[in-house]
Amino acid sequence: MINIDISKKLQGSNGDMQLNVKLNIDDGTFLAISGKSGSGKTTLLRILAGLEDSNGSLHVENKTWLNSKKSLAPQERDIGFVFQDYALFSNMSVEDNLLFVNKDKNLAKELLELTQLSQLSKRLPNTLSGGQQQRVALCRAFMNRPKLLLMDEPLSALDPAMRAKLQNDILTLHKKYKTTTIMVSHDPSEIYKLASRVIVLENGEIIQDGDAKDILLKTKGSQKFSLRGEIIDILKADIIFVAVVAIGQQIVEVVLDDEEASSFKVGQVVDVGTKAFAPSLY
Amino acid sequence: MSDLDFTPFLLSFKLASIVTVILFVIAIPISWWLSQTKSKAKPFIEAVVSLPIVLPPSVIGFYILYALSYNSIIGSFFEDTFNVKLVFNFTGLVIASCFYSFPFMVQPLQGGFESLNKNMLEASYVAGKSKLQTLLHVAIPNIKPAIITAIIITFAHTVGEFGVVLMVGGSIPDETKVASVAIYEMVEIMDYSMAHIYSAIMLTLSFIVLLGVYIFNQKHKKRIGIS
Repeated sequence: MINIDISKKLQGSNGDMQLNVKLNIDDGTFLAISGKSGSGKTTLLRILAGLEDSNGSLHVENKTWLNSKKSLAPQERDIGFVFQDYALFSNMSVEDNLLFVNKDKNLAKELLELTQLSQLSKRLPNTLSGGQQQRVALCRAFMNRPKLLLMDEPLSALDPAMRAKLQNDILTLHKKYKTTTIMVSHDPSEIYKLASRVIVLENGEIIQDGDAKDILLKTKGSQKFSLRGEIIDILKADIIFVAVVAIGQQIVEVVLDDEEASSFKVGQVVDVGTKAFAPSLY
Repeated sequence: MSDLDFTPFLLSFKLASIVTVILFVIAIPISWWLSQTKSKAKPFIEAVVSLPIVLPPSVIGFYILYALSYNSIIGSFFEDTFNVKLVFNFTGLVIASCFYSFPFMVQPLQGGFESLNKNMLEASYVAGKSKLQTLLHVAIPNIKPAIITAIIITFAHTVGEFGVVLMVGGSIPDETKVASVAIYEMVEIMDYSMAHIYSAIMLTLSFIVLLGVYIFNQKHKKRIGIS
């Protein structure tokens, strides 16, 4: 069990704000943190790692990492951290990156096999692709068998195909070692695939907390399906209006009447839903 | 050519070697601290470290003479206690050169440490490694071009110094008469042919050293993938 009760004053781009997070996390949970940029996600992760100070308390498996009297250094906390930019030790080979953390050669071998990196174990990080580097970073984070694994947007710099591969690797390692994991992510499909619990942060506060399905599905009431998108244009076509909406990487058109056209504006974030017909896949 | 005396060159290189080793040992912890600290004292320390770049060498020489001669507390203490004179000998040159060349060692190293990926250092801390372990195994191996630059520039700068050496060391043959001072004396006594030979040697050596640094840095950048 991990008990988090921390607060810190942050200077964000929208002025000062207060980060207040109270959270209990069961052992073995895969928790995703979502939220707009500047909502305090990365800071929360860094506080948990001991890389930034804060007020409050933090207990992990009956061990105190932080209270009003003491704060354990990052070295003394049992954590693994995966950074967005991989942050591998560029002077060391793949294998040495792992062994620098912990001399356990068998564990290193096992992790590299699980992530299909064995062939690359003697290579230097800069000779690897981004996806390969992040798999090495992932393995490295498991080397000291952490009590808590922290990942800060680990896959956001990778292309979609590589992301899917990495998600599988993360899932494999999570199932094998049952490490309590906290991951910052913006990608709903990634969160749905990996996380058993999701919290949404906004301006330093938790505004939603639940399982992935409840939080990610945008349908309300009798809606059959609903997608969130941004209006990028409103065009007049004869007597009707057409709103062009960007949903993820796709563009769709939605017909609007006069009144609707005047109530929406370009740049607005909207939910695109339908009630009458069930969507079909083909 | 028969009376070409290489002693001033040997003296210059001996001095530069000793100074470079001493400064490397001193500058590594200071430049690491400067690169990592958020202390309010940082600009103050940086300004002090950089002073020798802007001060006329005669000013540095004057203060060092003032501080280390027998008339000063430090100078008299060393001479009375250890029987060591601190000025107008080789020891004095080493001390003076350490002050004079200090920023040329600290600044490239500090720049190298500051350019390191902060996340890489934090990954090391998170992995349980102390600051010292991180410095030795992660930070230093990843700033090799900065280290080579710092060492070569410090060495070359010490070989090339003149004003401080002349003030603190004078021109004692085999003791403090380094190459730059020797050339100055040759010009003064109008022995231009020897001055030419000595100057050409200095020019060639300096150029080769600098060319070597830049070739190494270019190759290293290619090897680690920075373009």
